[in-house]
Amino acid sequence: MKLTKKDILGIKDISVEEIKLILDTAESFIEVSTREIKKVPTLRGKTIINLFFEASTRTRTSFEIAGKRLSADTINISASTSSVVKGETLIDTARNIEAMNPDAIVIRHSAAGAPHLLARMVKQSIINAGDGAHEHPTQALLDMMTIREKKGRIAGLAVAIVGDIAHSRVARSNIYGLTKMGARVIVAGPAMMIPRDIERMGVSVYHKLEDAIKDVDIIMMLRIQMERQQQKIFPSLREYSNYFCLNRNNITLAKDDVLVMHPGPINRGIEISPDIADGPYSVILDQVTNGVAVRMALLYLLIGGKS
Amino acid sequence: MKQKKIVMDAEALDRSLTRIAYEILERNKGSKELCLVGIRTGGVFLAERLRKKISRIEGADVPVGILDITLYRDDLRITNRKPKLGRTDIPFSLDNKKVILVDDVLFTGRTIRAAMDALIDFGRPKLIQLAVLVDRGHRELPIRADFVGKNLPSSAWEDIVVNLTEKDGIDEVLIQDSNR
Repeated sequence: MKLTKKDILGIKDISVEEIKLILDTAESFIEVSTREIKKVPTLRGKTIINLFFEASTRTRTSFEIAGKRLSADTINISASTSSVVKGETLIDTARNIEAMNPDAIVIRHSAAGAPHLLARMVKQSIINAGDGAHEHPTQALLDMMTIREKKGRIAGLAVAIVGDIAHSRVARSNIYGLTKMGARVIVAGPAMMIPRDIERMGVSVYHKLEDAIKDVDIIMMLRIQMERQQQKIFPSLREYSNYFCLNRNNITLAKDDVLVMHPGPINRGIEISPDIADGPYSVILDQVTNGVAVRMALLYLLIGGKS
Repeated sequence: MKQKKIVMDAEALDRSLTRIAYEILERNKGSKELCLVGIRTGGVFLAERLRKKISRIEGADVPVGILDITLYRDDLRITNRKPKLGRTDIPFSLDNKKVILVDDVLFTGRTIRAAMDALIDFGRPKLIQLAVLVDRGHRELPIRADFVGKNLPSSAWEDIVVNLTEKDGIDEVLIQDSNR
């Protein structure tokens, strides 16, 4: 079994076998990050461009560390310091980067489909690091890796995803991934934040946090995207937090060994109370650790070897 | 019809390992600072068997590690084959240790080169010695084994297959016509 794809654009078009291969490979990469010398020579001479048109600490750093631990050269370009501010189009930027002959381009963009456009335009491997409200495949992979690590399996588990489902690429990628892997997925949030017809993705919908998390194995809290607050999708943060903040009272409704996950950055006290974010159920920092391993696995599977 | 010949049976294989265990102890004057690192996958089981034998002879337990050399291969850039990555597990420091690297077959020497590069990333061993069950020749690098179960001159078009009970249900070494 090997990954024959050129690009990783979304979980929607990755098979169960491919997901398993990526997760198995990622598990083997965990060890590299625990060494005193955290570097292996596998991608020596390869160049990876991180092209970030949206703010990011976790994902960009994670990709950069993943590349560097594999001995690749990683170069970061962020929109604010690039020719984008001079009015260059995405396609022109991509063509110029292609002309410098890198091996992979990691892209985050506010427009859904931007990585797909790039994948058609250039010959290099494209990895989607988040495109608008569409997909964030590496986040879903690291989430699945964390679940499998802690629970030993994914199939048969009940997973509640809570928050702004409509604007969340993390939710979308996780719904694709978790349902493929045989988990039962529940989504919850205020009606304005639940896309119409989301049931077609194979999930059940609740509008109360308490109903959604009852007896679940995993709770995935989503970040309330403050930057979208201008759109006034709910009356106030305070009201949202009253109804949808995961705290020590409502968490007792879930299973005793529930895992609490969050893709970060967290808004303490809004979608998750600090004692839960830092408490014994939380695997939020394990997710970050696994993120590096998942990205190392993808880079190895995509550009390790002859291109 | 494919030719197949058993060159070592279970007893011969076990005797070889017993002798290697004694040789390791003789050369290193006991088991002090000794550790075994098996190369995935055959070497892992052989390293574990050597540990048991050393423990029986010396009454001392030496640590055993597992090494996957995939990330250090020199052919990753020239083939499109991406070998499945296995887990490396060396849960102890290699600084100032006498490391016995264990593999089933020594052939071109390229695996051992990769393994030595990997070991150096884990620390600075006092020395590295190589134990192999079979040395079949055809070296492409200046590498030799310190402990050899059996020297088996072979043709490049023959395959040497080491079957071990732990993974194949039987202990034996076969020489057969290549599938390549």
